[in-house]
Order: sequence, then structure tokens, then C-alpha cells
Amino acid sequence: MTLELTKEYIIPLLVDQFKDAIDLDGDQHLYINADRLPEICVFFRDDPQFKMDMLRYLDCVDYIDHFELRYALLSLQKNQSLTFKVRLWGRDTLELPSVVDVWEGANLQEREIYDLMGVEFTDHPNMKRVFLWEGFPGHPLRKDFL
Amino acid sequence: MEIDNSSINDTSPYGIPLTVTTDQLDVEEGIEIEKIRALAGEQHVDEPIEVPEGLERNLMVTSLDALLDWGRSNSVWPVTLGLACCAFEMIGAVMPRFDQARFGMEIFRASPRQADLMIVSGTVTWKMAPAVRRVYEQMPNPKWVISMGVCATSGGPYFQSYSVVPGVNRIVPVDVYIPGCPPRPDALLYGLMKLQEKIKRDSVVRDNNPAQKKLLEK
Repeated sequence: MTLELTKEYIIPLLVDQFKDAIDLDGDQHLYINADRLPEICVFFRDDPQFKMDMLRYLDCVDYIDHFELRYALLSLQKNQSLTFKVRLWGRDTLELPSVVDVWEGANLQEREIYDLMGVEFTDHPNMKRVFLWEGFPGHPLRKDFL
Repeated sequence: MEIDNSSINDTSPYGIPLTVTTDQLDVEEGIEIEKIRALAGEQHVDEPIEVPEGLERNLMVTSLDALLDWGRSNSVWPVTLGLACCAFEMIGAVMPRFDQARFGMEIFRASPRQADLMIVSGTVTWKMAPAVRRVYEQMPNPKWVISMGVCATSGGPYFQSYSVVPGVNRIVPVDVYIPGCPPRPDALLYGLMKLQEKIKRDSVVRDNNPAQKKLLEK
């Protein structure tokens, strides 16, 4: 059975350079500040205590006043997994660093989130729509669509 | 031909020679007919066709329309076009339990250029619409389209969706609509039989030859 790492387990393992990247005000989930996202992803992938070599999925929820992205990671070497979240406030310009350089599997999922939710991922190699055609007005999975 | 007039009475009771009135005219007509027959050559008589014993009850005379419609309706080759869950019912209709091969339609062609029928089996999204249109345009005439399921017919549960075509008849002309979500293979076979009836009503000359169509309209 894959071990699900909890927030209480993860936070002491993070080195001091990431203490300020964690939003401690959140609920039982682990919240990461958006600007430190690529660094901490590289840390989760390369650190011998985590070895998160696979991005299981990446999804996005519209909470009207903010958007929440959830990154689910899996370590095939150590048979453990963890989940962390990123909050994006506002609705007009939503930008987040891409993690395609860390996990190649994020490529299509980030394009899907851009297509349906309108979150733009900077430094993405191919930031275009996936499901809908070029010129489609708006992002249909947002709460204010239609 | 020599006519012997010696036995004919030259005078009638009314003073008019009989030879002038009827008898001689008939004789002259007979002479003329015999001349024409002599010039026309010998009469050609068709010899009776000898039918081999095995074919005695296997020959039938019919019109070209009936022959071509019969052939077309029993060799409709569909193009391989599965769009959504209806495609599995379409696959099931081809499998031995329902056996679409009974209607001569079991050969799903991988190329639209070899196909006569497009079964639009499933939801058509706007992103897929150009591909469906292109497949239809690549098919040679005569060609038919079956709209399978409510999604292809009207959008179905995705009616008014931002990404679904509200009815495939907005893209290509449709011959037969099959309701259902998805229609069972029985329903698809019924639709195929309806299409066969439609094909059998078609006239080859009237439909495909514009010049002949003009003539018939006159």
C-alpha cells in the first residue's frame, strides 16, 4: 500500500530554505506559495527522503475568489505519495510557473488547465489550447462561463 | 404477277365497270404489297434461345434501376468512423450475435474512398466537425449518412453545450436518424433496413444525371 505523507510529516523534513514557501495558515493540506513552486518541486523530486519521480495528476478548482491547483506526487522508488496545493488569488490574470521541466507529464495537464480554467503557465514550451479550438471565447470550466 | 380478268364481268347493273370500283383496286394493292415485300428481302426469324438446363428457373428480366438499386442496397460498405459510445453498439452489430453481414454491410472500410455509408456513431464535437466533414467529402457518390443516437441527431444530453455540434445534419446531409442513447444493435439494424428501402426507391438516371433530369422535367 502506498504511504500517503501528511502535512505534519512533511514540514519538519523541509530544509530551512523552504520554510517561508509554505503557507502555514491552511487547513490539513499542505499549501505552497506560487512563486517558489519550481524550486520546491525539484526538491521533492530529488531529495532522498521524498524521491517523488512522478506527477500523478494536476487539477484545478474554481472557488470564485481564488483558484486552487492540486499537485499529486508519487514516488515509485519509495512507494509513497504526497499532495500539495497552490492558491491563486484573483480572476483576471492568473499566472503560475510551469513544472514541465521537473515532470514531463505535466505538459498536457497544464495545457488542459489553461484551456478549461484559464490559468497561464509561464515557461511552458507549448502553451496552447488542447480540447477547444483556437479562437474559442473564454474558458468553459470557470464558474462565470455562460 | 399476271391477273386474269377474263372471268370478271365488265359491266355492272349501274353502268359502272366493276374493275374500276373495287376488284381491280384490291388487285392493284395486292400487287404493290408484293413488290414491297420483294424489295424488303427475306423475313428474319429469331431462332429460339436454348437455355441450359441448370438456368431454366434462374433468369429474370428487369429494369436497370431495379438491378442497380438491388445491388447497391445489398452491398453498402460503411466507413470506419466511431466517435463515442455508440461506436461500441455499432461494433456489436457487426459481431456474430447480430451479424450485420446478413445485409452485405460487414466490410467496414478503413478508407472513405472505398465506402458508401457513413454511420455517425456518437457525439460530434466542434473540434471533430472538420474531420467528419472531410470524411464525408472524400466518399465517392453515391453516398449515404446515418445519424446514430441522440447526440449525433440533435446533440442529445449535450444540447446547448459549448463544444458539441447540435445535430450532425448541420454539417453533412443525413438520410436516416436512429434515436436511442445509445441505440441497441437491433435499432441500428432497423435503421440500416430503412436505408435499404430508401436506396431501393432511388432512380439511377433521375438522381445522378442532371441532363436526364432536365429532360424528365420537360
